Amino acid sequence: MTATSEPLVSMQGLKKHFDVSPPWLNRMLERKPRLHLRAVDGLDLEIPRGTTFSLVGESGCGKSTVARLVVGLYAPTAGSIRFEGTDLTDRPAGDPPAIRRRMQMIFQDPYASLNPRWRVRDIIAEPLKCFGMLPDRASEDREVGRLLELVGMNSQDGEKYPHEFSGGQRQRISIARAISSKPDFLVCDEPTSALDVSVQAQILNLMKELQRELGLTYLFISHDLAVVHFMSDFIGVMYLGRIVETGPARQVFANPQHPYTRLLLDTIPDITMARRDREPVAGEVPNPIDPPPGCAFHPRCPFSDARCRSELPELRNAPSGARTACHAVAEGRLADGPVRAVPSTPAQMPT
Amino acid sequence: MSADAPSRFAVLLDSDFVYSFRKSRVTLIATLVTVSIIMAALLAPWIAPHDPFDVATLSLLDSELPPAWAEGGDPHFLLGTDNQGRDVLSAILYGSRISLAVGFVSVFFALVAGVAVGLISGYFGGLVDAIFMRIADVMLSFPTILVALLVSGIVRGALPREMHENAALAVLVFAIAITTWVQYARTVRGSTMVERGQEYVLAARLVGRSSASIIFRHILPNVMGPVLVIATINLAMAILIEATLSFLGVGMPPTNPSLGTLIRVGNEYLFSGIWWVVIFPSLTLVVLVLAVNLMGDWLRDALNPKLR
Repeated sequence: MTATSEPLVSMQGLKKHFDVSPPWLNRMLERKPRLHLRAVDGLDLEIPRGTTFSLVGESGCGKSTVARLVVGLYAPTAGSIRFEGTDLTDRPAGDPPAIRRRMQMIFQDPYASLNPRWRVRDIIAEPLKCFGMLPDRASEDREVGRLLELVGMNSQDGEKYPHEFSGGQRQRISIARAISSKPDFLVCDEPTSALDVSVQAQILNLMKELQRELGLTYLFISHDLAVVHFMSDFIGVMYLGRIVETGPARQVFANPQHPYTRLLLDTIPDITMARRDREPVAGEVPNPIDPPPGCAFHPRCPFSDARCRSELPELRNAPSGARTACHAVAEGRLADGPVRAVPSTPAQMPT
Repeated sequence: MSADAPSRFAVLLDSDFVYSFRKSRVTLIATLVTVSIIMAALLAPWIAPHDPFDVATLSLLDSELPPAWAEGGDPHFLLGTDNQGRDVLSAILYGSRISLAVGFVSVFFALVAGVAVGLISGYFGGLVDAIFMRIADVMLSFPTILVALLVSGIVRGALPREMHENAALAVLVFAIAITTWVQYARTVRGSTMVERGQEYVLAARLVGRSSASIIFRHILPNVMGPVLVIATINLAMAILIEATLSFLGVGMPPTNPSLGTLIRVGNEYLFSGIWWVVIFPSLTLVVLVLAVNLMGDWLRDALNPKLR
């Protein structure tokens, strides 16, 4: 897959801070400060046309927030989002229709993403109706039948209600809805994390097939590295609202640079290396309301020094061909081999 | 689809909705009972054997007659007469008109207002929600009867005396609706806040649906279940509240008694052995409330596709 010069989707300096302050009265009476949760804190990202870009990271690192920012469900605090060069930064979801039609979303929970009171037919036809894509109900029926068959279901299933289907079938319906408006770009927010492993594989294969047939571009959000390895052309590893390492999937997986990436990859179960000493991922993601100064990963990083604790690392080209935000990588003071995480976080404790 | 598409009526008869209705014998009977009580009330001037409010036709000689089948009964007065010689059956027929009107109309207004407030509050949250819910809290802290007395007092002060009787029905409906809408609003707000964050609502936002369209097409059908249950219970409650208010003198005038007024008046004669004056209106009320509740249960289940 080759990328054309202009990326389909690009984000620059994207930030989303949520106001989680206590209510006004409490702030006044108890002298509590305003609090902001920095879910996404300065994110640069480009997704080439026809490829799959995966965002990986632990829970709470801001992956899903990025997904919702891109499609307009959240308004960004700062930064910009562009789709084919059109600025969508301050546009809400669904606006402008001509462009939003071309970007749709597949959700995580197949039990919550389909309205239980609607027939499957109406669920799949909703984007067609709202974007006014078909002239009458008969052509809508035909299109829904075609879409159902495209995702491996029976065209007669449209008359049923969502609760009559299994999780995997529901996710197929969800995909059918997402592709009904003929999008170019699909945001997939952990589309398989609620499914059985065997069903996961079916859904992932379906998504790959659809990508080939329809020329789709995916922003794929997941914490499951095996799934990401299977799906991705490019990878962005997120930690606390920022990308710490990004590059072609093959290079990131084969030659991870950033200590956090190494730590994550070390958690993948591997049959061929069953007897190697496994280091459990220690420590937790710090609180995004009060992130540590400097590199956000330094409390857990075995290579951190004074510079890491004070200066925020920028994304730089690493020797592997990926881009890494790490002082240790840039200075070449990183040892090879698996990363042993700092087990506790004493650096954060006041002494 | 074939060329001769079935008519809308045929499609309706063939639907799951009608099927589940016909399948449930309890619902059929409950509907039959409700409809016949409503019809009897509507047609009271034509089917009632006497006009209980026409003083010229009343005779004190006929007073306190037992039902027709009991000893000393008069076949002209099927369910007996009260202390003023009024036919109990006719009084029930006329009385249920008022009770049903107060019940249905007040439930309708409370439901529409409460559901609308609940949806708006729950969906938009923030300042709108805070304002509506504080109003609701205040309303909730006033007993219905107190509000009704207040409303009635204001109306009586504002309107000339000869209009009081005409306004009685409206005052009752207003007083009951303004205290019961809070229940709908609270329930709907809670469910709406849950549904608002569901992924199917996000999916609807992605295709550019407006907030109003999401609220009506997506959220409303998912929050109506509990509302129907509250509505059927409140219908019975409204009829009973109306009876209480009439007792306190702010409801219907005694010359135009409702079912509740009949029960209250009849109650006074119960210990003198004149049981028919209170028992028959009570039975009518119990049967009506039960039938409406059973219909409400069926409606709630029939509207939930998971239970089909």
